[in-house]
Amino acid sequence: MSSAGNTWRGPPRAGRALPWALVTPALGWTLLFFVLPFIAMGFSSLTAHEGGGFTLVNYSQFFTNPSYWQAMVNSLQVTAIVTVVSVLLAYPFAWILAEQVPERWQRLALMLAVLPFWTSYVVRSYSWLLVLAQNGVINRVLTGSGLTSEPLQLANTRLATVTGFVHFFVMLLTLTIFANLKQLSPSYRKAAADLGAGPVRTFLHVVLPLTLPGIMVGAFLTFVLCIGDYITPQILGGNNELLMPQLVMMQIGRRGDFPLASALSIILMAVVSIAYLACARWLKIERA
Amino acid sequence: MRQFVRAVSWVYALAVYGFIFLPVVVLVLFSLQSTSFPIPPFTGPSLRWYDAVLSDARLTSALVNSLMVAVLSSAAAVTLGFLSAWGFARFVLPGSGLLRGLITLPLTVSYLIIGMGLLVLFNWAGVPKSLLAAGIGHVVINLPLCFAIIYSQMGDHQINIERAARDLGAPEWKVLLLITVPVMAPAIFAGFFLSMTFSWDEFVISFLLTRFDTTLPVEIWNLLRSGLNPKTNAVGSLVFAVSIVLVVLFELTLLRRKPA
Repeated sequence: MSSAGNTWRGPPRAGRALPWALVTPALGWTLLFFVLPFIAMGFSSLTAHEGGGFTLVNYSQFFTNPSYWQAMVNSLQVTAIVTVVSVLLAYPFAWILAEQVPERWQRLALMLAVLPFWTSYVVRSYSWLLVLAQNGVINRVLTGSGLTSEPLQLANTRLATVTGFVHFFVMLLTLTIFANLKQLSPSYRKAAADLGAGPVRTFLHVVLPLTLPGIMVGAFLTFVLCIGDYITPQILGGNNELLMPQLVMMQIGRRGDFPLASALSIILMAVVSIAYLACARWLKIERA
Repeated sequence: MRQFVRAVSWVYALAVYGFIFLPVVVLVLFSLQSTSFPIPPFTGPSLRWYDAVLSDARLTSALVNSLMVAVLSSAAAVTLGFLSAWGFARFVLPGSGLLRGLITLPLTVSYLIIGMGLLVLFNWAGVPKSLLAAGIGHVVINLPLCFAIIYSQMGDHQINIERAARDLGAPEWKVLLLITVPVMAPAIFAGFFLSMTFSWDEFVISFLLTRFDTTLPVEIWNLLRSGLNPKTNAVGSLVFAVSIVLVVLFELTLLRRKPA
């Protein structure tokens, strides 16, 4: 639709009403059930749970209550660890699938690599609990073989949360990085080889820089999905260490404190937006 | 050197496959457990827990609810997405870029926050928690997806076919139903299918917006309160099996379309 010649000003018989009739339902839905809730949440966050006029008490609580502040720190730490570990695990894996596996097996290999992606999200976290629990598979193997005398505390830890997240995001990132590697034209590699670069130099100076924007997009997606997720930390991390989504849900569940939950959600969203702006800027520099 | 890289690649790939499949294998294996804890040592095989799942009225009705919400909300999302994509692709509208941005905006916001917003709004407006409320939330998350997929597939090629139909005297509604919909069928199908899987698996919005009648992920969540339980394994394995069948069907239909 880029060239002006293709932009077509509608059929002559149709009045100006038709195009608006087509787009209004979708726009109305978005305004009514996405924008309006957001405004309602904004208003709610400026009221006190006990009632009364407008107040900033919910926001000031976040900055003064150390346990709330800690939840944000935990969230950022866990998300950073998950993003870095997932990228480091997924990149070599995607590279092997794209470069070492014979062409005709690649589709099958990739499909297998993302198969557990299709289990229900709740079930996937639960199945890690089976593996990591006090009497779960890993502890049975460890104590059974005499490596440890007592079962290790694996579930209800940050390690468990990170494992559950990494499991999900390795699959997601393998898909995106694989697609990136396949899109690279082989002529880049040929040119590097012609100019005398070995496979290692070609990878470091040609393949890696060219796939970097794709990795950044994948990493950003990981960041957004990870920081907003409630299920994995709740099932695998337990309540020992709270992350932001758990803190938000707690305000609704136990105390019915919608204003505070709204304020915490808005703060969480602000953090994601800042990350997005930082990321978008970085990506633009990369493309230039 | 080549040999060495190859060997290391094999070991690495197998290790990652092992990591990816470990929980799923454990899940399915211990769903066949005959005793009441899904932990080693394995005793079985037995279909006892599958029997328990299929005779559990709460779980089966949650499954029906989930399917109903997934089909209806996806149909709504794909219809709204298709109509608006057609409108934006075929007509010049003032502020088109901004309005398209508005429709795709929910893609950038996490489900938790979308669910929270709807909860606050519905609570304020006095709308009770229900499957309908959750379905409305599912349309909010899937509409931008359907719109983006269908909009990206509306090319010049289709414009010409539509133009030909108009020249031959077809009224607008006939062009839409007899030309555009069939031509765009793959994109519409892809949008519908993706929406179905997202809605089917969605937890947090349904959790916040439903009360008594609820969807399968929320019901599975409720089962988790009883700790490790082979029944949960059995439900999980069933959901997994259904998803795999859907994915394979999707792959097959796409592969069949390719040569055409």
